[in-house]
Amino acid sequence: MSVLQRDPQDMLRVLDEGGEPVGEVPDLSDDELVTMYREMYLARHFDTRAVSLQRQGRMGTYPPLSGQEGAQIGSAFALDEEDWLFPSYREHGAALHRGLPLKRTLLYWMGHEKGNRIPDDVNMFPVAVPIATQVLHATGAAWAKKLQDEDAAVMCYFGDGATSEGDFHEGLNFAGVFDTPNVFFCNNNQWAISVPRERQTASATIAQKATAYGFEGVQVDGMDPLAVYAATRAAVEKAKNPEEGERRPTLIEAVQYRFGAHTTADDPTVYRDTDEVEEWKKKDPIPRLEKFLRNTGRLDDETVEAIESSVKDEVAEAIEAAESEPRPEPSEMFSDVFAEQTPEIRAQAEAFAEMYERHGDEGFLRE
Amino acid sequence: MSQSQQTQNLTLVQAVRDGLHTEMTNDDRVVVMGEDVGKNGGVFRATEGLWNEFGDDRVIDTPLAESGIAGTAIGMATMGMRPVAEMQFSGFMYPAFDQIVSHAARLRTRSRGRFTCPLVVRAPYGGGIRAPEHHSESKEAFYAHEAGLKVVIPSTPYDTKGLLISAIRDPDPVIFLEPKLIYRAFRGDVPEDDYEVPIGEAAVRREGTDVSVYTYGAMTRPTMEAADILEEDGVSVEVVDLRTVSPMDKETIVESFEKTGRAAVVHEAPKTGGLGAEITATLQEKALLHQEAPVERIAGYDVPYPLYALEDYYLPSVARVEEGIRNAVEF
Ligand SMILES: Cc1ncc(C[n+]2csc(CCOP(=O)(O)OP(=O)(O)O)c2C)c(N)n1
Repeated sequence: MSVLQRDPQDMLRVLDEGGEPVGEVPDLSDDELVTMYREMYLARHFDTRAVSLQRQGRMGTYPPLSGQEGAQIGSAFALDEEDWLFPSYREHGAALHRGLPLKRTLLYWMGHEKGNRIPDDVNMFPVAVPIATQVLHATGAAWAKKLQDEDAAVMCYFGDGATSEGDFHEGLNFAGVFDTPNVFFCNNNQWAISVPRERQTASATIAQKATAYGFEGVQVDGMDPLAVYAATRAAVEKAKNPEEGERRPTLIEAVQYRFGAHTTADDPTVYRDTDEVEEWKKKDPIPRLEKFLRNTGRLDDETVEAIESSVKDEVAEAIEAAESEPRPEPSEMFSDVFAEQTPEIRAQAEAFAEMYERHGDEGFLRE
Repeated sequence: MSQSQQTQNLTLVQAVRDGLHTEMTNDDRVVVMGEDVGKNGGVFRATEGLWNEFGDDRVIDTPLAESGIAGTAIGMATMGMRPVAEMQFSGFMYPAFDQIVSHAARLRTRSRGRFTCPLVVRAPYGGGIRAPEHHSESKEAFYAHEAGLKVVIPSTPYDTKGLLISAIRDPDPVIFLEPKLIYRAFRGDVPEDDYEVPIGEAAVRREGTDVSVYTYGAMTRPTMEAADILEEDGVSVEVVDLRTVSPMDKETIVESFEKTGRAAVVHEAPKTGGLGAEITATLQEKALLHQEAPVERIAGYDVPYPLYALEDYYLPSVARVEEGIRNAVEF
């Protein structure tokens, strides 16, 4: 029986908080498991560095992910090459797994348009800042895949807050009606800025909302990367190859916690208890997976050290590369608005260029 | 006007808070609702402390749903309450757009006066604070284009409180856009008591005889700075701060122009279809024979608001404003 066929209130777990198996360990090779660990570790280190860059004024507002590595990497791991990913603004880890260079993520949060350019070989949409809007795009994209007879699933990430928006409901409703190959992945990290999950919905779980749209909803422990992988893998397979009578879409609610602020512009101490943070830290997905891998002889001190130092180098290089990127040319502002520049935009770009010629940066830059 | 001489020296965002506090104290029909407005006090602290003082039923943290916020606020307003709905950023107001333009704006007309919509929708708006994507747009023209809505954009703490109180007391829906670039840029004296600054009246911020410059919101500051620079060169600039972009104070606009015969408009919103076009057309209609030069429009470009590494090039700078005004004068 598929792991998806369960009561939406019954939370799927594979590892307990001490890293002991309490469910069926998914079929992943030793290498894959260690890679999963490495990517989670990388995401954590990247996040720590990004927050500190912001604090030093080297980057703009940034949304941290620490605590959510298990959900991001575990789920992205379950996608096949041909599948697509529609992120919110916090999926730096999932994006990294899909092959988006860290430098792009840094550039984006440093305010460069270039950071939004996803390389052609990465099946991923740009960051979605307006909440829940990507849910409909993901449904449409999956619908297209189905109409074009292509075997690809479409993964869409969003937060618990996003489930309050009309777009969320419309997206899931269409997916149910048109039986599209979607995986809807809710990162329920308990808070939408200062508003707790209970203020978003009166339903007992987010997973159970799927019932209303006619497909399966499953709740997983979002800080257990193996449970996340197992549920997502089953959902991806069902999206592409449903059994007789099964619906393709699935809603996964990954129950988890974001350790840090909503963004670097936010101060969670105003609305959140530090005790609560400490409680959730006990579920930290990284030591949890590490313990499991060590206990089963897949990881030892030496490998962990090697991972640590290679991760540090990788992140340092990405930061160096992003910071050596020259300030974008002001003319970039006028490009890619349309396939062909309209006469009005061309005139505005020319007028700007003339003025820039006369004044230089001095006439424009503030501070 | 207030009888009391007591004033506080407040920033613009503190004046928003003070306006809300004053009117919530005066009138228990007033409720504040939106995302993070309660315990958190708003992401810009515009509702700080109100939840502690007025409680959960009057300062309401809603689910994350703009259409939900605007739509339920419309329902509340029709039933005799005075909701002030906060949209966290004007760039996220679009899910509420349908409710605002299809319903709030037309309820009085559609029901031939039976139902009315005394609603205020507040939103921080505009660019210049190095915010992420979609946090910096300036789309007041959308709302000004909609009959049945009033659109207010203050530029000083004093006006902010007075206009907000007027907006809450107004029997019709008011879109209250707060230029977040100047939320904390300076302070001004604000009376402690309640007072109204009338909706629909522009303010002449600086008198001059050579050229009239029309602006509002955050762009009032670079405009005043440019006017100072031009003054040193012997150009006398009159600066008109619209304060309300709809209904627009055409009388003051035309009066100023009749004196100077030359005009420039400064706004950060895109040029095409922006309010500069409305002002220019008004001058053409009402004061053609006074016109001695084409009206200069110093505006944002017709491109999506860029990520912040380029935003300083997008926003009208002092140098750009100065040059534009000079063009109008030297034509
Ligand atoms: C349509 C819209 N409204 C408001 C915002 C402002 N905002 C940004 S993130 C956020 C909370 C999102 O919470 P959730 O969906 O739970 O995701 P999380 O950030 O917790 O991962 C809000 C209100 C926005 N970006 N878009």
